[in-house]
Amino acid sequence: MQVSSAIFVLFLALTILLYYLLPKKWQWGLLLVASYCFYLSQGVQYIGFLLYTTVVTFVTGILLSRRAEREDAFVEAHRGDWNKEERKAFRAKEKKARFRILLAGLILGFGLLAVLKYTAFAATTVQSVLSWFGDAKIKIPSLLLPLGLSFYTFQSMGYLIDLYRKKSKAEKNFFKFALFVSFFPQIIQGPISRFGDLSEQLTKPHAFSRDDFCAGLFRVAYGFFKKLVVADTAMIGVRYLYAHTDTMRGVYVVLLIFLYSAEIYGDFTGGIDITLGVARMMGIRLAENFNRPFSSQSVKEYWRRWHITMGTWFTDYVFYPLSVSNGMQKFSTWSRKHLGNAVGKRLPVYFATIVTWFLTGLWHGAGWNFIVWGLLNCFAILFSQELMPLWNAFGKHFAKLSASKFFYCFRAARTFLLMGLFRSLDVYKDVPLTFSLWSSMVTRWNWGELFSASGLTSFGMSTWQIGVMLFGVLCIVIATNLGKKTPLWDRLATKPVLCVSLVACLVILILTLGSYGIGYDAADFIYGQF
Amino acid sequence: MKKRLKILLPCIAILLLLATALVLLGRLVEPKYLTEQKEGGLVRDYYKETSSHDVLFVGDCEVYENFTPATLYRDYGITSYIRGSAQQLVWQSYYLLEEMLKTETPKVVVYNVLALKYGEPQNEAYNRMTLDGMKNSLTKWRAVLASMTDEESFASYVLPLLRFHDRFGQLKGEDLTAIFDRPTVSYKGYLMQTGVEGGVSDREGIPLTDYTLPERSMEYLEKMRLTCEEHGVELILIKSPTNHWKYYWYDEWDEQVKDYAASHGLTYYNFIPLCEEIGIDWNTDTYDKGAHLNVYGAEKLTVYFGKLLQETHNFDDRREDETIKTEWNALVDAYQAAKGKEK
Repeated sequence: MQVSSAIFVLFLALTILLYYLLPKKWQWGLLLVASYCFYLSQGVQYIGFLLYTTVVTFVTGILLSRRAEREDAFVEAHRGDWNKEERKAFRAKEKKARFRILLAGLILGFGLLAVLKYTAFAATTVQSVLSWFGDAKIKIPSLLLPLGLSFYTFQSMGYLIDLYRKKSKAEKNFFKFALFVSFFPQIIQGPISRFGDLSEQLTKPHAFSRDDFCAGLFRVAYGFFKKLVVADTAMIGVRYLYAHTDTMRGVYVVLLIFLYSAEIYGDFTGGIDITLGVARMMGIRLAENFNRPFSSQSVKEYWRRWHITMGTWFTDYVFYPLSVSNGMQKFSTWSRKHLGNAVGKRLPVYFATIVTWFLTGLWHGAGWNFIVWGLLNCFAILFSQELMPLWNAFGKHFAKLSASKFFYCFRAARTFLLMGLFRSLDVYKDVPLTFSLWSSMVTRWNWGELFSASGLTSFGMSTWQIGVMLFGVLCIVIATNLGKKTPLWDRLATKPVLCVSLVACLVILILTLGSYGIGYDAADFIYGQF
Repeated sequence: MKKRLKILLPCIAILLLLATALVLLGRLVEPKYLTEQKEGGLVRDYYKETSSHDVLFVGDCEVYENFTPATLYRDYGITSYIRGSAQQLVWQSYYLLEEMLKTETPKVVVYNVLALKYGEPQNEAYNRMTLDGMKNSLTKWRAVLASMTDEESFASYVLPLLRFHDRFGQLKGEDLTAIFDRPTVSYKGYLMQTGVEGGVSDREGIPLTDYTLPERSMEYLEKMRLTCEEHGVELILIKSPTNHWKYYWYDEWDEQVKDYAASHGLTYYNFIPLCEEIGIDWNTDTYDKGAHLNVYGAEKLTVYFGKLLQETHNFDDRREDETIKTEWNALVDAYQAAKGKEK
């Protein structure tokens, strides 16, 4: 059952209908059943992995929680006879014990992800290295990759880390916990939710709210519009350009940057709109994942606005713990001592940033293109950080220009293009090929080719499809600007008639302009494969 | 309550408007088959009929290109109609027959047996040409369910916009002018082919591993027989002449049809061995190297078959029937004019 299919719409309608018709105490049970039905429809073979992650995380969570409760009870019991030092020593000892439990849970949880997602990549890499020394043949395993594996693994592991940090309490009901891991609108492509934000919402009873229903309905329709009208139409051109890299060079690489930006934006934000809209229709608010990313003034800002829940996950669970870890503290002291204050204080931060971005790249996919993509983002952030004094000086000297609308647009365009350029690694996949295509933008000056009479239809898209895509992009730009302060769906929540009218318009646009049905390659959501 | 109605009523109105818009948009983008692939317009033409018929032909291209109702009327006074479309599968013929028998009771139904070789849905494009032309009814939905290939969806037959939305970029004038009413493309279901491209097939059909006619197609043939029996209509089975290896009619298939006809007391005519007697010249009477007959070959076959029908069934001569005379004479005139014009 594809999310962008008619059968999913029917499934959704039935689930929501039952959700409000059944007694409220059964609502979360229905969601659990619906979530497992949805996941089963993606492939029966995947269900075992979901259950494995659920059981491992649940058991580890219970162990962590019991240990923490025992620790607190013990400290409480010795409140009168222990001094501060004794209490501290006991807590430190217990923390180590809890850490061992956490580590076991993380190894088991991430272990599955590592085996399924990265074994083939590791084997291929080893084979490539060995081939430098002679003929080496390693059997490259072909393993199943369950849909949404990265998402539900990260969400589950985040839960364990929060328990270890005593930021949330363990769920004692296995089925309620299973719902947290498998909640169907978000399991395929996120957002990566935190237990504290989501669990209670999922399990508490929800009365029908017209406002939430309207807002959710509009958001779902808007998400489908983004996916079927913009993303899947742009995909036609992207696939063509990718399949003809021998001729589609120079200006066509620039074209790909634009087309793929439209595709991935429509695909990912559209998918998230559907997810958040569906949850909202049932009275559940999931974390926002985007905040007008293409208006970002810098790479760093872009990553605060794009795939927000993944960014905060890596910041909270990788970057910060790594930065303040004992090893890093020692490294910091050492580097300041040996390399001077200026360089010494930067090195640990750089190191933590590089590790975080390396892992971010790896999370997106098991391939060198993703790793290189992650590191390029990292270097762009560090580079702009180093140039900050220069920018500040520029801002002071040219205060009027810096504050102008033109300069704002220039910086946004620059960030957009840079991000698009890096993102093309995702399409071309092969790193050396991508670099050669990048260089062709300078060495092969063929702009005239694209803008010739036949050029506009030379990349696999008809003029109708180009028009449809541009129209879709224009609609998104307008809708985004209208929702700058308050998102459109929130503004429509209290205007049901207007909301239904706009949904009807969107349905007409989707059904008439969308890329779907026979003759089109039905495309899964890109992030569903991560 | 009043407040709720204030919201509910406009919402219902919007949804009704949405449904209307979707239906109209579907009609706009649906292929009209008026100038190209006219086969797609044949099934729809039937709904313009105002009077009943003595004979109904059902089947694939071997009926709608090989028999001419105008000739049958002109020479024998027999009124007939052809309900055929490209690669019309047995179950599609059955449902089309079921639909026609709801409104008329002919004396004879003639079914061409070539499609018995297909036991499974074959081709989306042909399905659409047959089924899109049918009026919405339970019969149509059953025909759709029986015919869909794996890639097709039922919803796209309910709402053709879902299938043809990509035609927005290719709309022509006829798409706009024929949204509500489409002119006919046939002469009582006959699609005229005036071209001549003769040829005699120098090869036989490819040997098959199994010559058994599929169970499913025989099941629907049986359904067709029972429906005819129920309505008191005689079912005649025929195999049209062909001289192309692609449409080869194997002796083994012929035997099975013969056996079926014999066991149920049906008449079966295989015209392939009778071509000489009919007078078909494969150099001049075909437009596609022997696969199908052109109008000259179709007339010869119709004259031959009309004589057979007249001899065996004693049809009333309708040429003097005042209620239909004008309509049928106009058809004959239009048919002759078109034949002469094309020539």
